[in-house]
Amino acid sequence: MARVVVNVPAEAKRGEVIEIRTLAGHPMETGFRRTQLGELIPRDIIRSLVCTYNGVEVFRADFHPAMAANPLLTFTTVAAESGTLEFRWTGDNGFSATQTAAIKVL
Amino acid sequence: MITRRAFLLLGVVGTAHAQLPPNIGEIRKKALDEAIRKVVGSNPVRQGRVKLDLPPLIDNGNTVPLSVEVQSPMTAADHVKAIHVFTEKNPQPYVLSAYLGPRAGRARIATRARIADTGIVTAIAQMSDGSFWSDSVKVIVTLSACLEEGLI
Repeated sequence: MARVVVNVPAEAKRGEVIEIRTLAGHPMETGFRRTQLGELIPRDIIRSLVCTYNGVEVFRADFHPAMAANPLLTFTTVAAESGTLEFRWTGDNGFSATQTAAIKVL
Repeated sequence: MITRRAFLLLGVVGTAHAQLPPNIGEIRKKALDEAIRKVVGSNPVRQGRVKLDLPPLIDNGNTVPLSVEVQSPMTAADHVKAIHVFTEKNPQPYVLSAYLGPRAGRARIATRARIADTGIVTAIAQMSDGSFWSDSVKVIVTLSACLEEGLI
């Protein structure tokens, strides 16, 4: 299981813009590198990240090989109601990782 | 310990690697234009409203922190729909496409990219009214991404 980390504030005021930081442990092999013997290393990257807030999609991103290894992504969302944020990464070779974070809206 | 055979092979591969077509600059420029066209279609792209922030001098192209901020009220009527980041000199021009909506609250993303060579990095924002805005930054890369194998 891939190691993924998300950073979401535990509490927020209603209507407040909160910053979310996500990090996924992945080499993001570009498909342009070669081994010492000249064989091309096949591409193996995370293709997308989807963030849902109580089941509603609030953010989505498509990654390309030009993302650095262990892709880090920071974005924002409005704290609308208490609930859970779910993050799903999907990628090449059937890569899939999910992480959830609870938020309490005061 | 490297065998003689492997060493000779390395030489062959190294040469093949170094022989990029002479008009590689043009090819990459064309690929970048095509990639941007694919996103914006025939709409004009205007300068402004977007702020792309990344260090002007990059020691290591493998991890380049960058952030994109777009001036927008982020309401249901007027918000940023998508932010795209492109580079000029990479083998492929795409870096990232982020899709936001009014629930983002603020149009700001930050990430880390790989940048192959000294050149231009461009961020394009698509607004909910269909207009496109962009910002470009010229960066100098001392250690390129993608070349740590083969050429050293």
